[in-house]
Amino acid sequence: MPSLGADMVAGTLVEWRIKPGASVRHGDVVALIDTEKGIIDIESFEDGIVEKLVVQPGTRVPVGATLAFFQGEPSAPQAAGPMQAAGPPTPAPPTAAPPAAARGGKRISPAARAKARELGVDVQGIEGTGPQGAVTLSDVERAAAGVRAAAPAAKDRSGMRNAIAASMSRSKREIPHYYLQLAVDLRAALDWLETFNASRPVPERLLTAVLFNKAAARAAAERPGFNGYFGPRGFEPASSVHLGVAIALRGGGLVAPAILNAEQKPLPVLMRELQDLVTRVRAGHMRGSEIASATITVTSLGDEGVDIVYPIIHPPQVAIIGFGSVVERPWAVDGRIEARPIVNVTLAADHRVTDGRVGAQFLARIRDLLMQPADL
Amino acid sequence: MTPADATPLVTYREALREGLRDALRADPRVFLMGEDVGRYGGCYAVTKSLLGEFGEERIRDTPLSESAFVGAGIGAALGGLRPIVEIMTVNFSLLALDQIVNNAATLCHMSGGQCPVPLVIRMATGAGRQLAAQHSHSFEGWYAHIPGLRIVAPATLEDARGMLGAALRCPDPVLIFEHIGLLNMQGELTAANTPVDMDHAAVRRPGRDITLLTYGGSLYKSLEAATQLAADGVEVEVVDLRTLRPLDDALIMDSVRRTHRALIVDEGWRSGGLSAELGTRIVEQAFYELDAPIARVCTAEVPIPYPKHLEDAALPSVERIVAAARTLVSRES
Repeated sequence: MPSLGADMVAGTLVEWRIKPGASVRHGDVVALIDTEKGIIDIESFEDGIVEKLVVQPGTRVPVGATLAFFQGEPSAPQAAGPMQAAGPPTPAPPTAAPPAAARGGKRISPAARAKARELGVDVQGIEGTGPQGAVTLSDVERAAAGVRAAAPAAKDRSGMRNAIAASMSRSKREIPHYYLQLAVDLRAALDWLETFNASRPVPERLLTAVLFNKAAARAAAERPGFNGYFGPRGFEPASSVHLGVAIALRGGGLVAPAILNAEQKPLPVLMRELQDLVTRVRAGHMRGSEIASATITVTSLGDEGVDIVYPIIHPPQVAIIGFGSVVERPWAVDGRIEARPIVNVTLAADHRVTDGRVGAQFLARIRDLLMQPADL
Repeated sequence: MTPADATPLVTYREALREGLRDALRADPRVFLMGEDVGRYGGCYAVTKSLLGEFGEERIRDTPLSESAFVGAGIGAALGGLRPIVEIMTVNFSLLALDQIVNNAATLCHMSGGQCPVPLVIRMATGAGRQLAAQHSHSFEGWYAHIPGLRIVAPATLEDARGMLGAALRCPDPVLIFEHIGLLNMQGELTAANTPVDMDHAAVRRPGRDITLLTYGGSLYKSLEAATQLAADGVEVEVVDLRTLRPLDDALIMDSVRRTHRALIVDEGWRSGGLSAELGTRIVEQAFYELDAPIARVCTAEVPIPYPKHLEDAALPSVERIVAAARTLVSRES
């Protein structure tokens, strides 16, 4: 069972897409797994022949459990072994314990543990308010009440709400965020986009969001302190940018699947992948490699008309970039006031890894990239 | 007493005496013996005036030999009487430990039920009156270790008066522990000696947050602590154990299952004491109900000191009880 997110502890096998004896290539969808984030298509990380399916559909198993055995390809002989759970940079296992309880593990009172089991609440994601930071009965009941309160807006998504609650609580508990904000003049970017789109049929036209994503990915690739994971051994930079894109789901909830190697992809490719991603995510067809692998995330609430987003880092990532809406504002240009399309770009970054100075340089780099759209 | 004065204020001491008087009146087989219980009126003046009322046959001064007069009490009980033996303090009862543990507690068992020992032993226990390390200890937890004995600790006026009757009705030897800190406690007591049982604990103050288990002299410190904690919104349920052997597991666990937290206040020492037994039972029977570690407030592990400030420092205090309760409900602990 692959880990499809730092806070995933188990998943339910919904359906096998392979049979014993079938030939499987790296990247083939082999199974559907139900997680707090919805049903995910699981891809094989190996080439081989399916030897045996271990887990039956409908079974919930912990992360790391063996799902199936593959026989290595004759051309590349290898011993039959469990399907590798590790894909591209595997996030560290959940380390939700607050520092005070780090040595003895998370403290959970016996009553809280029993109640959490009864209510189906993930106790690891709950912050304890009891003696020595222990999770108490009332902590569990509060967490469960929170899930229930969110339930009317998001039917059947209480698991996702739980997962978001766990992840965001962990983030605010463990990650010392710092926030920076920069207003960027988009006149050059929008002019370039208009010219670009004018000569193309509707399906090939680009959205502003693609420019944002590319600029963020490029800046992240150049400044490694923002792209990677913070694990038990500290910060580990990622070798390429898997750009998480926060996508709100109809009916409530939020996921941030990744566009892999986003810094290397031309704008039209990014546009296609973004559309594909949004369509599939909203239809409930995310791939495992997308859901678990983001190295940095972009969130854009411009559609909703907000000026500025103050985002929360998705652990174990170390940075998240927010884009507000693009609005015309008075802007001083060469000593005169002009109306310019302005977007507020925010950076929330992990102070354990970077400081405000490099954060400011990172934001400035995004601005510079957006002001040279032809080079994106 | 005038009719208009139907519920006068009485002391714990007077309530004990009232219980003795009622027992002596009710059953001619009942008699009292012990050191200085007659002419002197008892070392704590509990038996004052009883000699004049009931005579030397039934209020008997004894030589200074705990072993001898407890043994005589056992013999009288075996012979069909209903003796009440007073031992000055629990420290002195150690001189009669052989009679209590090897004879009183065992004879019914060893005779296959043919020789029950319906003996009642009253003794003073506890500290707080600067009587130093040989007159101030709380060994009731030791006696609660012994099968064959019943151990009770009346903490209210009603129990001080009524438990003696219940003890005399019991076919087994019963040890009644009267805390010296309570003797001068005053309160209202109904005129009639309504029978009380000695089988159950009692909730003296209901509360939803913490179960506080205590008995005897620590009850009022606990109630005072509960009042202070209530001002901060922490509702403590104060349970008066009343019977230390057997313990009323049903009531204790019922309370812990409601509050999910347990605080034990015992004037005995912590190591190997009654508080350890209570804590273990809770873990055995209500582990999955616990929402916080069990906390204990006991006497410091020293012989009870003589100087007032050191004696106070050694004993459970309202402040220590309040502090311990807070550790169960707050994060900063």
